[in-house]
Amino acid sequence: MRLSLQVASVATVFVILAGTAIAYVLARKEFRGRELLDVLFTLPLVLPPTVTGYYLIMVFGRNGLIGKMIYEWTGFTIMFTWYAAALASFVVSLPLMIKTTRASIESVDRNLINAAYTSGHGEAETALRVILPLASKGIIAGAVLSFARAMGEFGATLMLAGDIPGRTDTMPLAIYSVASSGEWTQAHAMVILLTVMSGGFLYMAGTFSKRGV
Amino acid sequence: MKRAAGIFLPLCFIFLPLRKDACASSGEIVVSAAISLKDAFTEIGRSYERKNRGREVVFNFGASGDLAGQIEGGAPADVFASASEKYMDDLDKRGLLIKGTRSDFAANGIVLIVPRVSKAIPLSFEGLKAKEIRQIAVGNPRSVPAGRYAGEVLRYYKLLPSIRDRLIYGENVRQVLDYVARGEVDAGIVYSTDASIRAKEVKIAAFAAEKSHKPVVYPVAVVKGAKDEAAARAFIAFVLSPEGQKILRGYGFREAL
Repeated sequence: MRLSLQVASVATVFVILAGTAIAYVLARKEFRGRELLDVLFTLPLVLPPTVTGYYLIMVFGRNGLIGKMIYEWTGFTIMFTWYAAALASFVVSLPLMIKTTRASIESVDRNLINAAYTSGHGEAETALRVILPLASKGIIAGAVLSFARAMGEFGATLMLAGDIPGRTDTMPLAIYSVASSGEWTQAHAMVILLTVMSGGFLYMAGTFSKRGV
Repeated sequence: MKRAAGIFLPLCFIFLPLRKDACASSGEIVVSAAISLKDAFTEIGRSYERKNRGREVVFNFGASGDLAGQIEGGAPADVFASASEKYMDDLDKRGLLIKGTRSDFAANGIVLIVPRVSKAIPLSFEGLKAKEIRQIAVGNPRSVPAGRYAGEVLRYYKLLPSIRDRLIYGENVRQVLDYVARGEVDAGIVYSTDASIRAKEVKIAAFAAEKSHKPVVYPVAVVKGAKDEAAARAFIAFVLSPEGQKILRGYGFREAL
């Protein structure tokens, strides 16, 4: 439980930072391959998590593209650590953040943005003081959704982080583990807890995107 | 008419596979088997089907503990082949096996394996204490028999609890094998038969002493409620026959004593 919150929180912090930045670029910049980039970031939403996990192993595994370099320099491997669980959660929940944020940035009134520019504000200032505050509903809704998705991540996590008691056994993994060894009463409690929490997050996301903050 | 065919033709393809299921009683059996038996049993299954025309074997491979859990939960298995007496005993106690159908058909050994490319090679189980050995894969003792045996071996060599925080749990023994083969971990504990399956990628560093763990014996039995009990019994008889035993020997399994 604690581990699940820890993993999901860390993942969500990075999702908010990276997701907002990517969504901003996708919404405001015109460049070749923009939609291709969007598809690339959205893929984890529709791909089976095992496929996402497979790619992550190819990149971050001890013999992966990046993982090998890290391992040879530092002797550290992300595999089978809670960082791996956070990384997996990050990748699968990022699309939710990008989608909702991009939509809300695109719906910000153009006139207000142009007004900010004509009154001499630079791009960074306009983004931080005009666009993002106006898109805050969507950003918060996206963050809540991402957090809920990160809490529930299973497939890619199992592949990248394994199921190590006390280290990477987030709630979905613990449920799988106790259920497959027949300890249904234990699974029961966790299933109900996770259902109630996820339901709560969905409700929160819904109210935020309607009413704003 | 043409239109009707356009609608019904796809339906035929949808229902075609179902029809096969419908005549499952005519000799199709589901064998839930320990995943360490995967290669040997796949060959035994082919051989059995060749000998018995019209009969079909469908395998469900997994960690013995998971398979036993599935059977307790009512999964439609006809035959259960376990990598440990424990899970067979569990099902027996719950009255989920057909009396008199249980027999031991193979035995196995426990080995320490390392990635073939590895630089830091422990030459013995005691070598696992070395600092360079950061991660050691074993089966999750909760449901993976190989993990239980591994735990016994590690205790025998007095490595627990000192190396406990280096253990990485696999969901079944083949996952442990895969972690080592891919070089994600520095060492792993599997059955000797597994090590030879991916001999190109892993090498055996040490054999566990026979007295360091409970004997690795594989029991098989017919599950109560089997759709086709006769076919299930026939499959077990084939596993125990000289032909079935020869296939098992070919994959390195030893005779059950």
